Amino acid sequence: MKILPRNALNTIKKGIFLLSLATFLLAFSGAFGQEEHSASTTEHSAPSGEEPSISEVIIEHVMDNHVWHFFNGGTWYLPVIVHTPERGLEIFSSRNFYNEHHALVEYNGYKLEHNTIYLEGKPVRDFSITKNVAMLFLNAALILWVMLAVSRAYRANPGKAPSGLQSFIEPVILFVKDEVVKPNIGPRYERYLPYLLTLFFFILFGNLLGLLPGAANLTGNIAVTVTLAVFTFLITNFSGNSSYWKHIFWTPGVPLPLRVIILPVEIIGVFTKPFSLMIRLFAAITAGHIVMLSLISLTFIFHSYMVGIGSSIFVLFISLIELLVAGIQAYVFTLFTSLYIGLAVEEHHGEEAH
Amino acid sequence: MELLTPGSGLIFWQAVVFLGLFLLLSKLAWKPILSSLKERETSIQAALDSAEKAKEEMATLKAGNEKLLKESREERDKILREAREAANRIHEEAQVAAKKNADRLIDEAKAVINSEKQAAMKDVRELVAKFSLEVAEKVIKKNLAADKAQQDLAQGFVKEIKLN
Repeated sequence: MKILPRNALNTIKKGIFLLSLATFLLAFSGAFGQEEHSASTTEHSAPSGEEPSISEVIIEHVMDNHVWHFFNGGTWYLPVIVHTPERGLEIFSSRNFYNEHHALVEYNGYKLEHNTIYLEGKPVRDFSITKNVAMLFLNAALILWVMLAVSRAYRANPGKAPSGLQSFIEPVILFVKDEVVKPNIGPRYERYLPYLLTLFFFILFGNLLGLLPGAANLTGNIAVTVTLAVFTFLITNFSGNSSYWKHIFWTPGVPLPLRVIILPVEIIGVFTKPFSLMIRLFAAITAGHIVMLSLISLTFIFHSYMVGIGSSIFVLFISLIELLVAGIQAYVFTLFTSLYIGLAVEEHHGEEAH
Repeated sequence: MELLTPGSGLIFWQAVVFLGLFLLLSKLAWKPILSSLKERETSIQAALDSAEKAKEEMATLKAGNEKLLKESREERDKILREAREAANRIHEEAQVAAKKNADRLIDEAKAVINSEKQAAMKDVRELVAKFSLEVAEKVIKKNLAADKAQQDLAQGFVKEIKLN
């Protein structure tokens, strides 16, 4: 139905391979997660009701929170920023929501329940610096620090061979530029390169930082992935040329009766592309975290050192896979974004031949 | 389900931070990095191109040298061949001349020998004739004393003449 350049086809093939790999991992990890999930609930709900169930702990770990809990006793109470039509903007520490027994209490009429702040029963507009927002700042700061150091290195010795951090980052930049962006977008790739590089490093650093113990699951949060997907959606559609829109609304070479079907499909396609980006990154990273947490939780479910040793070995291997997934997901998100942009800016030669 | 509902606060911060990061990185990092990468790429390409050019020049130079060498070698061969031919020719001419000279000398010698021989023969003949005359004179002087012997002699001469 569409003529794609040869390299784009190759990239699609490559992408499909990576995608299937990711889905395999995902399916595998998803199955694991669910199994442990159900096991933990049945195991745990029976003997005692006082401790929170393992599945709740796991879900809490991969979710956003108003406090950053590193370890027992090591909690960072993050600032809460709320806005209500009645009271306007208010900023206070999330410590106020907890009493000395670490139980939730009401503060100043605000009530924290399941990570949502309510005022008189209504949810408020919450711009709090949550765990993930703090992680987001950290991630952005780290990327800025690294990239500014690298760019300084380029200015310090122009035209010389790279050294140090520069030689570590340069191949990655060149890979994104020459292997991902250039073949998919085509001759006008340079306009989109800054966005795609930022995207790639944001996801890569976010994925890798998220693997650290105590870190927040930033790139596995759907709010983060939805924002990135929306950026990609906006860039893709704003840079779409006439043939891109013509292809959507009046697909060439399609008989009139079929247009009734093709038109909605094409329009849905515009939205499913970024939607798939959103789901893929979210699911891959969150599933990885759930698998690791589930394997660790096995120790506490069985109360056994042997299981602890066994699951630790498993966690080690899953961690290695997660390192791979961190790279793959950053690559896949960037690859598909550049592919979508490439489809939007592609000049359709020989369209009249249809 | 809570896991799948994006929080509006995080969306807000993510959008703000990501846009800020994008703008800062574009201006402060990607622009200088990409431009120096491009610069280096072009300079490397230029260096490679000039190396290629130099290689080609070297090749043409080498080909020229080889041609020159080949020509000079041919020249040398030609000169050698000519020299050898000239030497041969001179040698042959010298041989011919020597032979001619030798022949002439031999001929002359032969002629001298012949003439000497003739002269010698003539002398010998004269001498013989003189001796014969002397002998004949002596014989005649002695034999004229006896007639008988004179007659015998005369008859002997006659016989000889007849036989001749």
